[in-house]
Amino acid sequence: MIAETGHYALILALALAIVQTVLPLWGTRTRDPQLMAVAAPAAQMQFVLIAIAFSALMTAYVTSDFSLQNVWANSHSAKPLIYKIAGVWGNHEGSMVLWVLILALFGAAVATFGTNLPRELQANVLAVQGSIAAAFLLFIITTSNPFIRLDPAPLDGQGLNPVLQDPALAFHPPFLYTGYVGFSMAFSFAVAALIDGRIDAAWARWVRPWTLAAWMCLTLGIAMGSWWAYYELGWGGFWFWDPVENASFMPWLAGTALLHSALVMEKRDALKVWTILLAIITFSLSLMGTFLVRSGVLTSVHSFAVDPARGIFILAIMGIFIGGALTLFAIRAPLLSQGGLFAPISREGSLVLNNLLLVTACAAVFVGTLYPLALESLTGEKISVGGPFFNYTFVPLIVPLLIAVPFGPMLAWKRGDIVAAGQRLMAAAILALVVAVAVLAWQQRGPWLAPFGIGLGIWLIGGALSEIAFRVKLFDGSLTDAARRLGNLPRSAFGTAFAHAGLGIVVIGIVATTAWRSESILAMTPKESADIAGYQLTFEGVAPREGPNYRERVGLFKVARGGQAVTTLEPSKREFTVERSSTTEAGIHDSWRGDLYVVLGDPLKDGAYSVRIYFNPLVRLIWLGAVVMFIGGGLSLSDRRLRIGAPKRAKAMGQGLAPAE
Amino acid sequence: MPSPCSSPRLLRHGPIFFAAFLSFFVSLGTLPAKAVEPDEVLQDQALEARARHISEGLRCLVCQNQSIEDSAAPLAKDLRLLVRERLKAGDTDQQIEDFVVARYGEFVLLKPRFEPHTLILWFATPVVFIVALLIVVLAYRRRSAAAQLPPLSKAEERRLKRLLEDR
Repeated sequence: MIAETGHYALILALALAIVQTVLPLWGTRTRDPQLMAVAAPAAQMQFVLIAIAFSALMTAYVTSDFSLQNVWANSHSAKPLIYKIAGVWGNHEGSMVLWVLILALFGAAVATFGTNLPRELQANVLAVQGSIAAAFLLFIITTSNPFIRLDPAPLDGQGLNPVLQDPALAFHPPFLYTGYVGFSMAFSFAVAALIDGRIDAAWARWVRPWTLAAWMCLTLGIAMGSWWAYYELGWGGFWFWDPVENASFMPWLAGTALLHSALVMEKRDALKVWTILLAIITFSLSLMGTFLVRSGVLTSVHSFAVDPARGIFILAIMGIFIGGALTLFAIRAPLLSQGGLFAPISREGSLVLNNLLLVTACAAVFVGTLYPLALESLTGEKISVGGPFFNYTFVPLIVPLLIAVPFGPMLAWKRGDIVAAGQRLMAAAILALVVAVAVLAWQQRGPWLAPFGIGLGIWLIGGALSEIAFRVKLFDGSLTDAARRLGNLPRSAFGTAFAHAGLGIVVIGIVATTAWRSESILAMTPKESADIAGYQLTFEGVAPREGPNYRERVGLFKVARGGQAVTTLEPSKREFTVERSSTTEAGIHDSWRGDLYVVLGDPLKDGAYSVRIYFNPLVRLIWLGAVVMFIGGGLSLSDRRLRIGAPKRAKAMGQGLAPAE
Repeated sequence: MPSPCSSPRLLRHGPIFFAAFLSFFVSLGTLPAKAVEPDEVLQDQALEARARHISEGLRCLVCQNQSIEDSAAPLAKDLRLLVRERLKAGDTDQQIEDFVVARYGEFVLLKPRFEPHTLILWFATPVVFIVALLIVVLAYRRRSAAAQLPPLSKAEERRLKRLLEDR
């Protein structure tokens, strides 16, 4: 009965989504305020209905109702509760319901908090949101219905893919989807502006918080995915340039560009047409990410089902929305007025450079991801595009961008002074160089470029600190004055500094762990010892153990450093009885120096085991940096001037974010 | 997914310092010898280093974008052993690559070769960059040209003079 309620709610939501699309659009055409007023309550009700459907599905999972085909195929009564809950989105059908739930949440937020938006704009935005919801609800109900019953109901389920039974991965999809779907707000606003033929700074001020929130979630979602790959796949890699990873990375790159161009539009009323186009591109890439992962075009753990009907349906959705938006753009964009002028060396100019490099880098990932698919479908020839390709295309674009990052916030709007900016960054540059040279002198092995990579990371962090120091006039005047100014700085200034410093932290983590990783591959018998990176590991033997829904073979390793016991590591091989597959669980000891990472391999002859031990220096910085970037986004979002409802107070802005002269 | 700078290969392919500098960062997630097992490791360290380097560029055919260096799959192990056998037989790196490609097709290479059917792949990014740069420059020049007001015509100057005199 609960499942039927959910099913019914989903169908009602589809009908309502069509109403939400048609009536408000008609209203803005005929200037009928009553029809326009349908949009807000429809969007709110839409959320309620989809939330009912989602709760019904979740109830079925938690109570292990195997009369639902979806629950039977993806759950098992012996699974821990957290993975029963995560199982809801650990499969194709459920994850699509989560997708529309987040979409409806954003729509309801605009309906509820957007009361100060121009009426036509709000109606158009919600209509566009409604049309996306209608398309995806139709997709769910016709091709991916999670509420289909089985008769008779099986006694128990088939379980969830064991590699997905992991805390980081349980919450990876919700964050990723909030990111993807969050960009639909930018898209809906862009299309609404094109329908309206009007766009102003208030538009950008509205779009920016949504884009920022989406970007934050996407950043965290990608970081979680990479963290999971690091400890779960058993050899400590954190990025594979896998098409599925690229699918989430492309919207991130485009979204980062959008975040920056929306800033120019909000502050200076420039780059309007480009920002609109970028908003369309970003969401298109999100749709493509969904398509790539969900259609089964790529075969990996991520494509839960290979069903061509779904692929064609999502392709059609993509075609309609992307094609439609771009056509509308081609017709309407010339009508949009152009905004403020600026010199090439200026804050705007630096943000144009940012966009140029980010978008081209995104194009590199796009080509590398899709070209093999296109080539195979056209000529039947199969090629692989892996890490080495991206080394030659993506990296040459990103490194100049990273070098340029600290200059951006130091330049004034309209016309900047690059020499003065350089002087303000002198301390950061010297620090970066000193660190690079020191590391070069210290390093005994590893590529000679690694120290410069570390220097680049320091440059980013130093640049972020310099900006704050400069804005509070740390070095001219008393410290108390500086402290007072620090208190008065807008939060978005800290947001920028955190985000840019976080980037530097990520760079240091990647460079250090890539260049100075040590490894040791051994055949170890019990009581044997091994030395790595200053640690002494003693293999104590292997013991069996029972988990809630698996059996494992655990290797026991005593870890000591300089004669003192540090910890005991228990890497294991888990056999999942229901799913009949196994996973490798690494034993990881983390410290500020880096991670000691032990993997237990297969038994060899004479009671020996194959053991792989790695030391990954500073690897945690990769995810720490992502979290710092997330916090930066949060600080910016909490800025009073960006808070929802702020659009009207346009005059009071400006002074905070403008660089101090 | 190798760190090309740690190998002589980059020095052959990327003569420019800058390119080398850039390519360093490259190696997102590309770490040495992840799945190699103890019994595979060659005694000769130089040969072993070459084996690792070759393995990094070869794809494990049954995995998702992992090199045979990273993959614990049995097929990857077979390929690693194959690479080492050819090395011991005295083949050059290129000969081994050709041998593996002849056997498994170009799909096995993680870095596609530079050939007619991959021209678009390799040139797309530079072309996008150049076109985008041109658009930026042209848009900027058009905007600044539009912002320059044309000089006053004779009639306008006369009118201005008259207006000033009227004051």
